[in-house]
Amino acid sequence: MDLTFTPEQTAFRDELRAWLAENPPEAKPTSGDEHDEFVWRRDWQRRLYDGGWAAPSWPTEYGGRGVKPVESAIYFEEIGRARVPFSANTLGLLLGGPTLMVWGTDEQKERYLPPILSAEEIWCQGFSEPDAGSDLAALKTRAVKDGDEWVVTGQKVWTSGAQFAKWCMLVARTDADVPKHKGLTYFLMDMEQDAVQVRPLRQITGEAEFNELFIEEARVPDANVVGGVGNGWKVALTTLMNERAGLGFALQIRLRQLLDDTIQTAAERGLLEDPLYGDALAELHIRCETLRLLAWKGLTDAERYGQPGPEGSLVKWLWSDTNQRLTELAVDIVGPEALTAGTDWSYEFLRARGNTIEGGTTEVLKNIVAERVLGLPRLKAAA
Amino acid sequence: MDFGYTDDQRDIQRTARDLLAERAKPERVRELAEAGRTDDALWRELCELGWPGIAIAEEHGGQGLGTIELSILCEELGRSLAPVPLLPTALAAALIQHGGSDEQRARWLPDLASGETVGALASGSDGSSDLVIGGAEAGVIVLVEDDGSARVCAASDAEVAPLASVDPTRSAARVSFGEAGEALGGDACVGLGHALVAISSELVGVCSRTLEMTVAYVKDRKQFGVPVGSYQAVSHRCAQMLLDTEKARSAAAFAAWAADSEPSLLAEAAAMAKAACSDAGREVTASAIQAHGGIGFTWEADVHWLYKRAQLDAALLGGGKRHRAQLAGILADRVGASAPA
Repeated sequence: MDLTFTPEQTAFRDELRAWLAENPPEAKPTSGDEHDEFVWRRDWQRRLYDGGWAAPSWPTEYGGRGVKPVESAIYFEEIGRARVPFSANTLGLLLGGPTLMVWGTDEQKERYLPPILSAEEIWCQGFSEPDAGSDLAALKTRAVKDGDEWVVTGQKVWTSGAQFAKWCMLVARTDADVPKHKGLTYFLMDMEQDAVQVRPLRQITGEAEFNELFIEEARVPDANVVGGVGNGWKVALTTLMNERAGLGFALQIRLRQLLDDTIQTAAERGLLEDPLYGDALAELHIRCETLRLLAWKGLTDAERYGQPGPEGSLVKWLWSDTNQRLTELAVDIVGPEALTAGTDWSYEFLRARGNTIEGGTTEVLKNIVAERVLGLPRLKAAA
Repeated sequence: MDFGYTDDQRDIQRTARDLLAERAKPERVRELAEAGRTDDALWRELCELGWPGIAIAEEHGGQGLGTIELSILCEELGRSLAPVPLLPTALAAALIQHGGSDEQRARWLPDLASGETVGALASGSDGSSDLVIGGAEAGVIVLVEDDGSARVCAASDAEVAPLASVDPTRSAARVSFGEAGEALGGDACVGLGHALVAISSELVGVCSRTLEMTVAYVKDRKQFGVPVGSYQAVSHRCAQMLLDTEKARSAAAFAAWAADSEPSLLAEAAAMAKAACSDAGREVTASAIQAHGGIGFTWEADVHWLYKRAQLDAALLGGGKRHRAQLAGILADRVGASAPA
């Protein structure tokens, strides 16, 4: 057991830390306009790209540094610690690219990977539908073959960044006569066509981080099928398995920073000596630290034993629950400012409410833990 | 960054688990607990194997290994509930080794390392403690007062009144030092840190075993024609038990590593571990009784032994609330230190 970084890992961290210190992003635009913010994040990704830091975990042949998972986790911790924005094309970098590396043809890799890395082409994810959330395989968006093209019709939801995206990772039903997991196909759909309409979805924070997609006979060339017709479920799982792997390390550092800010505020207001607040803050401190330990243990066990331990399923659950508890406590400590519209604290507090839903609800995560980790019998659900 | 055990540590873990699976079967633990006796034969065997001295320096007759190795044994003892006084002996030794004078170490550690003398750790105030685990068998007792000061005393010089705690898998006693004993020569804090790691690790073992028993039970037990574990009300409870157990395990592992390799982090890591493990121990074992339904509340089901062990370990040297208060103080000091002058 050695809970420190090796000299090589420390050197990697220090190199990145120094680079981030010398190459800070521009100041965040104050206009409140989402397009301005997008441009800011795109410019930031280009700066990372020029410095060779857009996606260190990508293989060198695709423009990355080919670093191992530990270095990749260090990368995301440092991105979180430096309080820089997430890259504009985070979904392409974390989900789309790695999925293509597994399932894409050589032509697809050559065509699509470089512009993901450079932020020339932004990607979005068309998985969830109004009637297919946790039960993703029940999705209804149809794709029908027409010559060497597919004609896609349906509706998608929770599509972040769709208004800026060139490509959509789209899962659609290509065969309605087979069991639901078997009739799906994974496509790369061009968003720049009239048949795809993007409508912003306003959330409880007031902002529109997500969108709905209305797709009416959109055209997708056969060459844009990823991983073969009817194989969409497996390809989608590759995407989903990548979903939280890296970003989790950045989110957990942000959680730590938010807790440190809260502790600071509690101290300034003389609440840290109050045993009730002290107890609650100490509990959050324990949760933050065990979260980081669990995340690192999951990662290093996966490297050591070739398969992740139970930690992977627990980390997102613990993170989301802790972020909600923390922001609720912060409202008590910070006071009226945290309930004043437009403040950072009110945003953090309201935004946290989505954490236990997005990227796998806590209920689904508990099912996964119960069934796949503990081996409990599966609840019988309607087919 | 590596949470794995070395090959030697894995050997210790495997050997301990196999041995205790053989020697401390549930029937045997029950038989002894019902008779109110500890397992002398097993204790002698463990002493021959050098378990009590695993983390005691070689110059004092121990094996000179670390707190990680001790924590591995404690976890296995928690899993099995073996009725032997290893934990209290290791706790007394930790206080003397890390907080005693050279003379105190030379006087007490060799017999604790060999198991010739059983140790106990009492926490209390005004020279007495109302519930000392292992106290009835102990030859030497370390008393930690609420203010953090510690005294060591031969049991024969103290007043020791054996009593039955709710956990009959271990002996217990009320202990009063009066004016007897002598102050530990050094700072008791480091020894307390090591002691907290050992107790925390035993709680991890208790949680782990409890979860396994519960999962096996809810897979097997049928109501309404299906295993009760297929209901989410039950399966999600089990998932929560796993989360609590794994949080506790990672906090204890971090503290054990800090004890051996990063002493500057020990006070904080030990407080985190003891808080997380105490709470997990109580929650997980209580959940187990609930998930077992009516049978879980009976004397004949084995979950209550684990529940009771968890209560005593959770209370020993303070539970979640006390250690969170400790952490709040550490957090406050840190904020104070970083504040501009």
